[in-house]
Amino acid sequence: MQKDKWLFEITPKNNLLDLNLKEVWQYRDLLMLFVKRDVVTVYKQTILGPLWYLIQPLFTSVVFTLIFNNVANISTGSVPPFLFNLAGITIWNYFKSCFSATSNTFNANAGIFGKVYFPRIIMPISVVISNLVRFGIQILIFVAFYIYYYTQGADISLNRYTVLFPLMVLIMGMMGLGLGMIISSMVTKYRDLKILVEFGMQLLMYVSAVMYPVAYFAEKLPAYVWIVKYNPLAVVIEMVRYILLDTGSFNGLMLLFTVVFTIVILFLGIIIFNKSEKSFIDTI
Amino acid sequence: MSDVILKAENVSKQYRLGLVGTGSISDDLKRWWYALRGKEDPFLKIGDTNDRATKGKSDYVWALKDINFEVKKGEVLGIIGKNGAGKSTLLKILSKITSPTTGNIKFNGRVASLLEVGTGFHPELTGKENVYLNGAILGMTKAEIDAKYDEIVAFSGCERYIDTPTKRYSSGMTVRLAFAVAAFLEPDILIIDEVLAVGDAEFQKKAIGKMQDISKGEGRTVLFVSHNMAAVKNLCTRALVLKNGKTEFEGDVEEAVTFYLEGSENDSNVNIFLDRKGNGKLLIKEVKVHGEKEDVKPQTGLPFKMTFILDNIVQAKFIDVQMDLRIDDNLGQRIAWLSTSLVNCGSDDEVVNKLIFKIDKLNLNKGTYYITTHITVNNEISDWIQNAFSFEVEEGDYYGNGALVSTSQSKALFNFKVLNEL
Repeated sequence: MQKDKWLFEITPKNNLLDLNLKEVWQYRDLLMLFVKRDVVTVYKQTILGPLWYLIQPLFTSVVFTLIFNNVANISTGSVPPFLFNLAGITIWNYFKSCFSATSNTFNANAGIFGKVYFPRIIMPISVVISNLVRFGIQILIFVAFYIYYYTQGADISLNRYTVLFPLMVLIMGMMGLGLGMIISSMVTKYRDLKILVEFGMQLLMYVSAVMYPVAYFAEKLPAYVWIVKYNPLAVVIEMVRYILLDTGSFNGLMLLFTVVFTIVILFLGIIIFNKSEKSFIDTI
Repeated sequence: MSDVILKAENVSKQYRLGLVGTGSISDDLKRWWYALRGKEDPFLKIGDTNDRATKGKSDYVWALKDINFEVKKGEVLGIIGKNGAGKSTLLKILSKITSPTTGNIKFNGRVASLLEVGTGFHPELTGKENVYLNGAILGMTKAEIDAKYDEIVAFSGCERYIDTPTKRYSSGMTVRLAFAVAAFLEPDILIIDEVLAVGDAEFQKKAIGKMQDISKGEGRTVLFVSHNMAAVKNLCTRALVLKNGKTEFEGDVEEAVTFYLEGSENDSNVNIFLDRKGNGKLLIKEVKVHGEKEDVKPQTGLPFKMTFILDNIVQAKFIDVQMDLRIDDNLGQRIAWLSTSLVNCGSDDEVVNKLIFKIDKLNLNKGTYYITTHITVNNEISDWIQNAFSFEVEEGDYYGNGALVSTSQSKALFNFKVLNEL
């Protein structure tokens, strides 16, 4: 029957797992153009340009080192505190920028989304990729300081787990994407969440072991250590410091837990995002 | 029916009115609770029709209700209707920006929609970068844009500025560049909102020409929404008239346009006048401009009436009163002069309270006209209002054979004969 041969159909309800990856693939050029736009336009008409990518983590690390290590006397073991903080901040920033940008996907792009159709998921994915470019630049500065401290004889070294570094970055990106998509779907209707996310990020950083080792927290506040210990973000940050600076400990079970957690969050995010992308424009 | 490229079945769209707040969260919870038990959404049963002017009982309205239509390959379907009739909602559903509440739409080809020119243009990017970005947003691949890039730039006429950020462009240039990208889209089905209402006259002409090429020359299927009846008639083969979210008429474009114009409300009642001169013995209180009936818009070739309701303070009689109307076109050129001194109304001794000027077969071409009124009582100026009001004349068939006169040729039409004497 000719009548039943339709190329595609618009219906009110959609399949929960109708990911339509084929369509996303067709729009890959758009994805890359969005990434390019995000990277290129951020610092247009600024004097320092991409240097700003480096200034942020550097200054934050300096301040953290002064406050947490020099004033509050948090011990980072044999690792130079500055390098310790820089590692934590760089990977934390990647998560943070992925999460906060994707969680605002629908609101920030309501103008485009209201006028033209393309797979909406292109937007959050492009955010994760363009942040990856920024992360790549920031990791270069980390490498530079790493070499400097290494030649100065600091007690840091890579180990066999260093090969897991790309996985860590992937986990952070996917976790930011997943959580961001969940929030973005709800924020279209109830903007309360946007405010919650803004200050929630601040609080989250303190329980994600960014500026202290997990062992130090366990020693000072044993009653609440579970907050940090079972926080997937803290697991990744601790792990990154272990594989880059050889400080802290490696826990395979917790890593597995984090990977599973990330996959669950990512799928949940995709499902919720897919469900809301069809009609968010009515409520935004 | 193998050539049906788009088919909409029972498409409806419900919107919730008012603010999003605690009310909507309780509705959401209720909806979720029904869904959890596998029941139908309780809010689908309620909802008023979409009549913007009346106050409804329910918070929910149907912006569209049970729309059914089919479009065949190569057809150009016009969608017409008043503001708020549901045209844009329908376009948004067709272009997948929002989903229908019920019903479905089936396609047999690639769809591109053009609800706005220049969607996604980034002011910091150069013209060239924006061409690629905008093209990709509209669904072109990089290779497709590469192939057409030179044509796009040539069509836009912005070659010189192509490597300059678009924030330095004039707004007209931005529109030209954006339209140029859209003009080189090659979808099977193209959905176009009133994007032609921008740009200067030259550009509009170019845009309409391009649209004609797309639909006629390249045999592509187009859905076109517009308030411009001339453009609709010019481009479309069939049309759909929407009213309050429902299909009122579907069929031949000529009939649809006539149907729409007859059904459209005539709201040219004027009762506020500024800048009036005179002694005020006899004043205009209210004016209505309409066709044969009060709810019909004036149209060329059909009966036309201007009804003046007067405030006759001194109870002046018709014989003592002279009322003149000067009709100017939109450029301020005098087209006609009508006066009570030229014709006899047959009741000279009656007090005037309401005067009607009637033209049996309106011989004004389509367009906007401005009226200056001038009333004297016993040769003294009583009420003189420069450009008191204006009215629109819709395009119509004056000569009864479908021939139209361009408005640039003439604003007034005349009955005449051509004799071929041997």
